[in-house]
Amino acid sequence: MDSGRSNRDVGRVKLPTAIKILIAGGFGAGKTTMVGSVSETRPLRTEETLTDRGVGVDDLAGVEAKKTTTVAMDFGRISIGDAHVLYLFGTPGQERFWFVWDELALGAMGAVVIADTRRLADCFPSVDYFERRGTPFVVAVNCFEGATRFDLDEIRMALDLSPDIPVVLCDARQKESSKKVLVTLVEHAMETRASTPAQAPATR
Amino acid sequence: MTSLSDDPADEQWLDDQAGRIVRPYVMTRGRTQPSGGKIDLITLVVTMKSVTSAEPGLGPEHHTIVKLCERPLSVAEIAAHLDLPAGTVRVLLGDLVDRGFVAIQEPAREMDVLDLETYKAVLNGLRTL
Repeated sequence: MDSGRSNRDVGRVKLPTAIKILIAGGFGAGKTTMVGSVSETRPLRTEETLTDRGVGVDDLAGVEAKKTTTVAMDFGRISIGDAHVLYLFGTPGQERFWFVWDELALGAMGAVVIADTRRLADCFPSVDYFERRGTPFVVAVNCFEGATRFDLDEIRMALDLSPDIPVVLCDARQKESSKKVLVTLVEHAMETRASTPAQAPATR
Repeated sequence: MTSLSDDPADEQWLDDQAGRIVRPYVMTRGRTQPSGGKIDLITLVVTMKSVTSAEPGLGPEHHTIVKLCERPLSVAEIAAHLDLPAGTVRVLLGDLVDRGFVAIQEPAREMDVLDLETYKAVLNGLRTL
């Protein structure tokens, strides 16, 4: 096997490899909190224009009405040595924007779906989406104060997750806890990729 | 470490009361697409040579980008620092790439991410954070 190349050489410059991880979940589930607790700077915000693929909209044959939507995303950076930079993107929380993730999910190493047990249903669209797209993901149950503590197996059942999807408890405010979630995700993503090496991207 | 707060205010066309004086697409002279290729949010940008103020056709935002990217930054970071939409930044970057002031690198695609060494490096990096 070839030895890994950590830097990708473009012309005369050597730049680190940029890696993207998505942090998804319902509104107020703790996406930006997690991005902030584990990133090296406080979360930054960017606005991106994304294309609506029109899924779920009435199919009007011959009418190609592609709309664009501007969404704001919070993101953070983790530099890993000189060779890699990890970017964590909080996906837009509004459910109606789920279709924008195709452009965001392209090339992502994986995704963290943050679940809030008080509103567990809020993370269903994210779970569905990443399952369908074949993006490796883990479910991180954010332990809010005052929330009923659930057994992880109960949550797994409620979300109808396949047994190989890791479910972990976390406190998105704590760096160590968020770090542990990311480690779990990257381990899971590595196993997923290793077991399906020839897998093509799930979407066109 | 970078912070938003040290943005040189004199680089931006802003008015405290009225907000942005120049609309984003004025800076790009109406263009919404960069002149070359797909530029992702995590595409990294690095400065290749400094730019003099006399350089024709480049605005203050171009100059700010060239200054910012002495250390490699992603499109998303540049957009956040300039407080401009990512789409506007893409167009500005296209100008700078055309003139050789900055170089950009495509982020790893799904196929590249398959590289096991990358996963291992990220894991080790995360564990030692």
